[in-house]
Amino acid sequence: MINKLVLSNLGHRPVRTVLSVLAIAVEVTMILTLVGVSYGTLDGTAQRARGVGADLMIRPPGSAIIGLSTAPMSDELIAFVASQPHVALATGTAIQPLSGFDSITGLDIDPFTKMSGGFNFLEGGPFQYDQDMLVDEYYAREHKLHVGDQVKLANHVWRVAGIFESGKLARICVRLSVLQDMMGNQHRLSQIYVKTDSPDQIQAVLSDLRTKMPTYQIYSMEEFTSLLSISSVGLLRNFIGVVIGVAVIVGFIVVFMAMYTAVLERTREIGILKAVGASPWLILDLLFRETLLLSVLGTIVGILLTYVTQWLMKHAVPSSLTQETVYLWWPIAGGVAIIGALLGVVVPGIKAVRQDATEALSYE
Amino acid sequence: MSNTPMIQVRNLYKTYRAGEVDVHALQGASLDIVRGEFVAIVGASGSGKSTLFNILGTLTPPTSGTVTINGKDLSNLTNAERTELRKHTVGFVFQKYNLLPTLTAEDNIRMVQYIGTRNKSGKTAQFTPEFKEILEVLGIADRMKHKPRALSGGQQQRVAIARALVNGPAIVLADEPTGNLDSKNSAAVLGLLSDLNKRLGQTILMITHDREAAHYAGRSIEMRDGQIV
Repeated sequence: MINKLVLSNLGHRPVRTVLSVLAIAVEVTMILTLVGVSYGTLDGTAQRARGVGADLMIRPPGSAIIGLSTAPMSDELIAFVASQPHVALATGTAIQPLSGFDSITGLDIDPFTKMSGGFNFLEGGPFQYDQDMLVDEYYAREHKLHVGDQVKLANHVWRVAGIFESGKLARICVRLSVLQDMMGNQHRLSQIYVKTDSPDQIQAVLSDLRTKMPTYQIYSMEEFTSLLSISSVGLLRNFIGVVIGVAVIVGFIVVFMAMYTAVLERTREIGILKAVGASPWLILDLLFRETLLLSVLGTIVGILLTYVTQWLMKHAVPSSLTQETVYLWWPIAGGVAIIGALLGVVVPGIKAVRQDATEALSYE
Repeated sequence: MSNTPMIQVRNLYKTYRAGEVDVHALQGASLDIVRGEFVAIVGASGSGKSTLFNILGTLTPPTSGTVTINGKDLSNLTNAERTELRKHTVGFVFQKYNLLPTLTAEDNIRMVQYIGTRNKSGKTAQFTPEFKEILEVLGIADRMKHKPRALSGGQQQRVAIARALVNGPAIVLADEPTGNLDSKNSAAVLGLLSDLNKRLGQTILMITHDREAAHYAGRSIEMRDGQIV
């Protein structure tokens, strides 16, 4: 019977109900989109790192797991690393951060090809000239690029020489020496990739390099990709925490406003219920169920909206932002929405319970 | 009809504050109503009859004096006990019907039945044959699926009467039940109250300012300036 009253109350004010559901949905979408983009970005980075075909990765001292590093390591390290026992190949890259999430990666195409098996070109081919640039399919699609097109990046005009299948190293690649010159950072590297002569030697080489290069951050590729998670990237973790906090506040305010108005509007009805023997718990039960239903509907609509944002990103900015569907976060986002909403109904609920029945019954 | 009073009011006072003024709504009212009586309390506006209604319905406490309904002294009841009393002992009929606008006539009645009889499963019982007969007497059996806005004033008040009776209360309190009705519907509603009193032996206390309406009751009590006269 209570459920029937809840449904009829929500149906009685369809605009308010729809707006409340939408507001909660936006809150849920906000969380799921942020988490989806975070997962997408990290998984994309991990996929590209794996695509290099290296067994180990050496990063500069003090560098973060994910970040747009410049090039502080000497390229003499490549020779040093390559000379170590069981190291089959070592190659370095330099990274020049661009605006937003983009960056240019400088690479030596020959050792990179040897290590990774080379790019799978969908259009064009490898570098022919110093100003040549290779881009992956998503970057090309987003910026409508084809082989032969000219692109100005980092105050430099590049020619698109090839468009490759995504999933290897980076989205934008140029010759290492050209990028180092452009950055004024000759003979410097951002990271070094290492291939061992046998998978069985990975741990031994890792230990050996860590001993010989104690200040450097050296990971096996498996270890590095496993570290690419939200919990190990402090900035993302904090950012998601802030967004969840904002979402709870938004949910609280939306439901507070909606239910406060509902309680005021239903003063007489609450008086009637009290007069016929409804306990304070029943009044609260009624409001809490109504709020819970709004939150659940908002969560469902929010999840559906997340697919809309995913579609928009895929078609509008496929190279910069990749949004994944993170099912694990559906109940978390729903829980956040429900908690915010239930907090929002507390004060209106107390107001309803405290209403004097005789005054409520004479309310016009 | 037993002569033991079902309602006993003794020396009842109620003072409330309206702005900065103390209003002495009841000033030592006393009365007895026995089981099965249909009593009309008649009085002009401001005579204290609505305040008496609210106290008898446990919607508001008295300032002093005692009220006993079915042997229970209202002055010693906690809020929870007052709520329980409203569930099982008292049925209300209001001047403005006070039906829940979002529910159908049937659901308005079932809501009160649910509040009065609900068990842990949250399900309400079916209407008893006796109550179905009451619905027939009230002439609303075919209007049960309609919402209040689709019912006339007279029909809404009949639904309100059915709602007041659904849990078999010891007493029905009716506050100006014909105040919003035309003369034809007023006569019909009053006739129904009188009929229910005679058929079921239902104790009814009706508040009214209309002396003609009071003629339908078995006994009339006059109130003036917060006192029974």
